[in-house]
Amino acid sequence: MVKVDYYIILSAVLFTIGALGVLIRRNPLIIFMSIELMLNAGNLAFVAFSSVYKSFSGQIFVFFVIAVAAAEVAVGLALIVEIFKTKKNINIDEMNSLKG
Amino acid sequence: MTIDLILFLILSLVAIAAALGMLFSRNPVYSALFLVLNFITVAVFYLLLGAPFIAMSQITVYAGAIMVLFLFVIMLLGAESLVPLPSALPWQKPLAFFLAVILAVESTYLILSSAQTGVITAPDIAVNSMENLREMAMTLFNDFLLPFEVTSILLLVAMVGAIVLTNREKAGQK
Repeated sequence: MVKVDYYIILSAVLFTIGALGVLIRRNPLIIFMSIELMLNAGNLAFVAFSSVYKSFSGQIFVFFVIAVAAAEVAVGLALIVEIFKTKKNINIDEMNSLKG
Repeated sequence: MTIDLILFLILSLVAIAAALGMLFSRNPVYSALFLVLNFITVAVFYLLLGAPFIAMSQITVYAGAIMVLFLFVIMLLGAESLVPLPSALPWQKPLAFFLAVILAVESTYLILSSAQTGVITAPDIAVNSMENLREMAMTLFNDFLLPFEVTSILLLVAMVGAIVLTNREKAGQK
């Protein structure tokens, strides 16, 4: 018997680690991974509540979140590759102009 | 201490340690592998919560497809050998740690103060049957049909966008 609170606290801790990663790392690839970690923490909370309330809606929402994450990663990594081709570097501090 | 709780504690330790390892690895390849470990532990949590289909999607889509894409880009760019430049904002790191601690403490406090009464018991064997999956599919294709179709359009747009972005210079040469 595990209380649902424990799962939500774990989800909050993972979300905090992801937010910290976005703030302290300068490599855009790591920042992307941290965003994935935050999405995953949200998914964990969704599935925990879906399990408590015996409803499938939470699980289906997680399914959509996974699809959106896949789309986001495909476009984001294409952008990073393109930026690397022009700047020969992927430091986030240098990505400060919209014009390539 | 029931077996559920012991399993939960061990797995959450692994998940948090993998997340911290992702955050503090110098080499992006190690970060990606730590993140794969984190995704697999979260998939085991989904199994404990009685969501086997989501657990398998997590492993195939996240730990399989997305992380392979990450590793591919890391190795394509040679990002594991890039030297980190000094940060433009030296006060940002301590401030970020401070704010993250505040976020963790206040979210934990809010969750504990509005304590949910729900208790998660270990799923019985019927959860992993085909009947459960059929029920979930009925919900997906009856109640959530429009979001499902919109998701397909989103994936198409993402696919076209990725191709257009990486193919731009060829279009410019014409």
